[in-house]
Amino acid sequence: MLDLLSGFVGELRNAGLPVSLTENLDAMEAVKHIPIEDRDAFKYALAATLVKNEQHWRAFETVFEVYFSLRGPEYNVGDPDGNGEFDPESLEEWMSQQMQGMGGRGGGQDMSPEEIAEMLFRALLNADEAMMAAMARAAVTQFAGMEPGRPVGGTYYLYRTLRNLDLDGMLERLVDESAQRYEGELTPLAERLEREEFENRIEQLKREIEAEIRRRLVADRGVEAMAKTLRKPLPEDVDFMHASREEMANIRKAIQPLTRKLAARLARKRKHKRRGPLDFRATVRRSLSYGGVPAEPRFRHPRPNKPELIVVADISGSVAAFARFTLHLVYALQNQFSKVRSFVFIDGIDEVTHMFQNEEDITNAVHRVNTEADVVWVDGHSDYGHAFGVFWESFGKDVNAKSTMMFLGDARNNYHSTNAWVLKECQKRARSVFWLNPEPRSYWDTGDSVITEYSTYTDGVFECRNLRQLEGFVDNLA
Amino acid sequence: MSETMFGDLSGVREGLAKVEYLADDGIASVVYLAERLGKPVLIEGPAGTGKTELAKSVAAMSGARLIRLQCYEGLDEAKALYEWNYKKQLLRIQADRGVDAEHEDWVDLQDDIFQDEFLLTRPLLEAISAEDKVVLLIDEVDRVEIETEALLLEILSDYQVSIPELGTIMASQIPLVFLTSNNTRELSEALKRRCLFLHIDYPDLEREKQIVLTKVEGISENLAEQIARVVRSVRQLELKKAPSVSETLDWARTLVLLGIENIDVEQAKQTLHILLKYQSDIEKAAKELTVEA
Repeated sequence: MLDLLSGFVGELRNAGLPVSLTENLDAMEAVKHIPIEDRDAFKYALAATLVKNEQHWRAFETVFEVYFSLRGPEYNVGDPDGNGEFDPESLEEWMSQQMQGMGGRGGGQDMSPEEIAEMLFRALLNADEAMMAAMARAAVTQFAGMEPGRPVGGTYYLYRTLRNLDLDGMLERLVDESAQRYEGELTPLAERLEREEFENRIEQLKREIEAEIRRRLVADRGVEAMAKTLRKPLPEDVDFMHASREEMANIRKAIQPLTRKLAARLARKRKHKRRGPLDFRATVRRSLSYGGVPAEPRFRHPRPNKPELIVVADISGSVAAFARFTLHLVYALQNQFSKVRSFVFIDGIDEVTHMFQNEEDITNAVHRVNTEADVVWVDGHSDYGHAFGVFWESFGKDVNAKSTMMFLGDARNNYHSTNAWVLKECQKRARSVFWLNPEPRSYWDTGDSVITEYSTYTDGVFECRNLRQLEGFVDNLA
Repeated sequence: MSETMFGDLSGVREGLAKVEYLADDGIASVVYLAERLGKPVLIEGPAGTGKTELAKSVAAMSGARLIRLQCYEGLDEAKALYEWNYKKQLLRIQADRGVDAEHEDWVDLQDDIFQDEFLLTRPLLEAISAEDKVVLLIDEVDRVEIETEALLLEILSDYQVSIPELGTIMASQIPLVFLTSNNTRELSEALKRRCLFLHIDYPDLEREKQIVLTKVEGISENLAEQIARVVRSVRQLELKKAPSVSETLDWARTLVLLGIENIDVEQAKQTLHILLKYQSDIEKAAKELTVEA
């Protein structure tokens, strides 16, 4: 048991979850109090002690499923089919056992694809969970064509299975069927709800199939190998440039608290400053009573100046994925700061503040920026030099000692002139100038990247490829 | 812990169900473990999913007294832990002065005025020094500054409070501690490490339906099912604030009061403002519900 748990914790650490020694000890203590045959309780006990961040739950779950899917029969009791009785070494034997298990439920391997589809349809229609699980197994056996030892990822098998099942068509059939069942008495709302219910069941089926494939792969290749292939980056380590839709949604959720933090950081800096600058006039006036000696210096009252933020973001194709994220960041910032001005550019530059301001819905705002902003000057390839030039001409006067400037972009300039003097001027006037670069540091200054030239005139260039780095940036902002 | 508050795992679930709190597997396991291991529970999750309610329910089911500390920005030691009742101390000194001022020794006096009698206990100290069973609820712990968080660490790991003038006060019994957080900021590692972690999300369809059935009087199963489905559908939209369980319950009560048995689009739209709190959200949801149909 001890070995098992420490192995499990080791794998969690490999997956990037921070598990401390005390948490490890807690977990060991916790499982003592949990009846071992209760798989769910066991899982929650481990989760409660080891995972302290909701975003890590997915990663934990994957590792748990892999790790405890085969480890001896006692961990497998929760599994409805009890397929924990096989020996991981002999997949063949297991497969045949599996088939026998199916036999009781109507023929397993002998079922034709049509039969499977039909039974699946029934199961989905009646929300029969046991049946759905059984059908998921049958479908994997039938369609995935899994071969022991073949080094293919689980997604490949998943794709093959799902392609054969045609779940979209299934959804339509289900909706039709239920409409018929109520003989057209369904209100539109009820119909919509019915459809959602079926979509939900199909999602569940997909998860079931995925789990089934994973179980078989683990049986084939062993736990350690599988754990490694299934390892996915944690939400805070997901690269903005290659984030999937789902990951993007997670990132978006995490941005909100970050911007609040950023606002708090910038605000704190002003709160701590008790006295304003020397008030020369008042000091001289006061000095008269000391015979002209300025014995008592007077200071101005600190003016509670609100931090102003000027965000200049590259939204060209090379940073498209990053730009999506950037726009979300800008939108979130706009809610936190009283004054934010946002500009986007490719080779032309345009102010988009108003698009964010009057828009309650972020997706609309992003859409408007992408369609309405006038950012193309010649050919729609990044030209930082020109964009900055125009920026300085039209908006340069708005940069003042209160403003913090943030440039977001990869500084890939397509070998145009850089116009770095704009940043120099900005730095002279603005309180601080930061640059966030979505490229890995090792790529900087390769090819047409001119980041160093710009960085001379900033208060810092930060690599910003994932949430962790963004958070680091916010934290460092003293 | 010598005696256990609630038998085994299923006991927790049943106990909670008795006080009308429907726990899922995760919640029940964590509550059970918290009591067995004597560790605090950190509950995180969106607003209105029953985090505070859980603590209250656990208190109700185990017949313990609930001590609640509501956190806010600017909370300090004097309001969370203890404070010297300095007015009373002043009175004590003055009262003495009249009688036998000569015999009064400063050391004696000092010992005298720093005693239990002059100590005002605040929630945390009260929970520690309580003789009877207590459940301590530290609500919305993410609202205090990160520096104030440190104040909780001693009490959470060792169940003791150190008062410089008095020494350390140990807990006579280990209270069940719940901390809730809306996740507006990341809590410190030190705090997280000392707690069991429980994330309560919006309930799934079946559980939400059950919650509606238990909490709303005179609701039919059919209506509860429909409510749960509509709410799930609304939650899938991208909204500023997704409807919480408490809002679902409010909505259910409204529908029951209005005598509605089958929800149609019009009725749903008219009562949407109970479910959603932002005008833009209401408009969006209303639009969604119509377009799809």
